[in-house]
Amino acid sequence: MTWMNTWPSLLAIIIVIAVMPIAALYMTFLERKIAAWVQDRVGPNRVGPAGAFQAIADAVKIMLKEQVIPDHVNRGVYFVAPAISVFTATFALCVVPFGPVPLNSGDGVRYIIAPHIDTGLMFLFSIASLSAYGIILGGWASNNKYSLYGAVRSCAQFLSYEIPLGLSVLGVVATSGTLNIETIVHHQSSGWFGWNIWWQPLGAILFFVSALAETNRLPFDLPECEQELVGGFHTEYSGIKFVMFFLAENIHVVTVSILTVLLFFGGWHFPGLESQSEWGFIGFLLRFFVVYAKVMAVIFFIMLLRWTLPRFRFDQLMGLAWKGMIPLGLLNFFGVVLAMSFGWPLWTLAVVSTTLVFAAGWINVGRARSAVARRAQMAHDVVIGVGN
Amino acid sequence: MSKREKKIKWADDPKITIAQSLYFPAIVEGLKTTISHIFAPRSTREYPEVEPTLPPNYRGVHRLNRDDKGNVKCVACFLCQTACPAFCITIEAAPAPRDDPQWADRDKYPATFVIDELRCIYCGMCEEACPVDAIELTSIYDLTGSSREEMIYDKEKLLQVFDETSKSPKDPVRTHRGELGMASEEIK
Repeated sequence: MTWMNTWPSLLAIIIVIAVMPIAALYMTFLERKIAAWVQDRVGPNRVGPAGAFQAIADAVKIMLKEQVIPDHVNRGVYFVAPAISVFTATFALCVVPFGPVPLNSGDGVRYIIAPHIDTGLMFLFSIASLSAYGIILGGWASNNKYSLYGAVRSCAQFLSYEIPLGLSVLGVVATSGTLNIETIVHHQSSGWFGWNIWWQPLGAILFFVSALAETNRLPFDLPECEQELVGGFHTEYSGIKFVMFFLAENIHVVTVSILTVLLFFGGWHFPGLESQSEWGFIGFLLRFFVVYAKVMAVIFFIMLLRWTLPRFRFDQLMGLAWKGMIPLGLLNFFGVVLAMSFGWPLWTLAVVSTTLVFAAGWINVGRARSAVARRAQMAHDVVIGVGN
Repeated sequence: MSKREKKIKWADDPKITIAQSLYFPAIVEGLKTTISHIFAPRSTREYPEVEPTLPPNYRGVHRLNRDDKGNVKCVACFLCQTACPAFCITIEAAPAPRDDPQWADRDKYPATFVIDELRCIYCGMCEEACPVDAIELTSIYDLTGSSREEMIYDKEKLLQVFDETSKSPKDPVRTHRGELGMASEEIK
């Protein structure tokens, strides 16, 4: 590999390392603004025009904060845990195109560190799932029962939602015939109905929901639940180390939003911008704008969900993954496999997805009704007396 | 069916429908609420930029009113000091100069009149007690100071508050502008 071939990758690395923390920082600002808007407030507006420098002020404040290290922590692991969180979150971005990438790798600037990795998605998921280590080590090193509980809870959640996360993209992988993210995006370049969301709606929903759970966002923020718990795994952390966990979380949110857009919403493709010959500067800018408009929409949606949905109870959280999403993911994949092997047209996949969703709904109604009947019978037995 | 059984009213849980068991309609409904609030009017008060509109009977910092001749209206009757539940008013009375036509309308005047604004609970009972409408509460609410001494208002300071506020439409002199009230009429 010559120098000329490496410079786009080096540039991309620099962009990721430099821009990602700032983007994550500004997501805290965006989060606070959206929280305020949803609650009929104005939000942070003191630092800079409309509060635009609030994030920077926060960063400076956190950098200068005293490092409080409790006596009882396991020092080595205590220091490594937040670093692992940030490292895995950033490392996963290695194969994620964070901007338009031309199919032919020779073409100028590309917004990806390692282009055309044929195991892209696999690599991404295996690295992203390492972030459980950051949390479990953080909880363990804190040497505090509540932190450890938080970490164990969070680990159980991670493990449970890894499975539907993997199953949900299998459909897309099978129809595109590749794990390479750029190629998957390229497969969606034929206008509106090229986007995978139309053929894999169930997959998209499963992916989005389990990705939310993987990023510890509400309504799946059981590891943290700011209002209910003693902090969770980060109880003993303060200052910059505390923030590194949240930096990792926010980078995960960015990654997940980009992935949702790339896998299901056509990436940088938009009707009218399909032709691959338009890699001129204007076309490039337009595609850049398209992909980031979509990503911002997803991030905005994630933040709105935070103020819309109540938090799950832990048994509901586990029930959703194991009794709902994993069977649905498996059946969806089965449908895709059938369609692929018998050469059915793509629209059958949409039918399969919709049928599965409604079937799950019906099963749920039946279960809920029998639970109601069982409770009524139990109440009846208690009041009247059994066999009376 | 036994007699006891007949008396029981059974309330079953409502049966859920397919729309409810799919969760999506509920999520859409919730998102509608959330989004509608984004466009709702803000309820934030942006205080330093936008001053609040106070009710006309707002009780802020005190002032000592002046009469037509520019003298302090107070006749040092001690009613406010007696009425004050927080003991924040301290008055020292002095006999009014008899020969001076400026002071012809009264026996006494306050040599000193000190209000500890930190002690005051802004209940307005001094204003109610005053027979000559000499003490009034203004709408000044942002009272600050860098020391306790600064917050002890003497007669000059209280008269100064009058000079600053009496012209403004927010704090008109409420009663008997200029002359003393009914209590002073026996002297005349």
